[in-house]
Amino acid sequence: MGLAAAFWVMAVFAVAAALLVVSLRNIFRTALALIVCFIAVAGLYITLSADFLAAAQILVYVGAISVLIILAIMMTREVRQGNPANRPLKLPVLAVAVVLLGLLVYVVVASPWQVSGTPPLAPTTGPLSRLLFGSQGYVLATEICAVLILAAILGAIVLAKEKEE
Amino acid sequence: MTVGLEHYLVLAAVLFCIGLYGALTRRNAVVILMCIEIMLNAVNLTLIAFSRYVVPQLLTGQVFAIFVMVVAAAEVAVGVAIILAIYRGLTDIDVNNINLLKW
Repeated sequence: MGLAAAFWVMAVFAVAAALLVVSLRNIFRTALALIVCFIAVAGLYITLSADFLAAAQILVYVGAISVLIILAIMMTREVRQGNPANRPLKLPVLAVAVVLLGLLVYVVVASPWQVSGTPPLAPTTGPLSRLLFGSQGYVLATEICAVLILAAILGAIVLAKEKEE
Repeated sequence: MTVGLEHYLVLAAVLFCIGLYGALTRRNAVVILMCIEIMLNAVNLTLIAFSRYVVPQLLTGQVFAIFVMVVAAAEVAVGVAIILAIYRGLTDIDVNNINLLKW
């Protein structure tokens, strides 16, 4: 029962914050609403008993990505335009989004999911580490992720560097 | 009432569609980046919900979600760097005015 209550509270927070992100005029408040959305999604991960991923969500999204986004807002703040909408695109995109939502909801409700009744693993950190770094798991993908992060950092430095004349 | 797999999937679909709407209608490049993050979060929620309800003992979906997070972090770093580079050249981040590649 408590799990259901937590789900509904987090779901309302996440959807409300996401709606604020796409509707607020002030771009800095948009970033704050995005942080609320990330925290609500981390709470949803906890209700799904994904404890390590909830912590990673707080660290990576709330801690790092939101700081990067606020940095980008601060660096471009001479643009005094807030969060304008692309007027002619608004209605067609709204129609597309609503149709896609209806389609997804229909598919989700109509599909016969094979739900398993076994309880989930309680602390997931140990099993996840064995999956990520064990020889039977995804160690190659983990190493490729490290290379990807390195390439992204180098690319970001090269792109953001001042050109010396 | 108990919360099941469908609840999480519908919630993730709602979040994804909100993010899609924002990414296609906003004109500020930073807000478009934020909406893409919302969409990635919705997909992660779907993966973890499937992992919890369909294969509770395997954690495969959670591993996949970790990889999505890694790619999202790399994407934001490069995206912010590109936005700053564009801003330095054009002093504008309105995507309607960034049409250098438009034919």
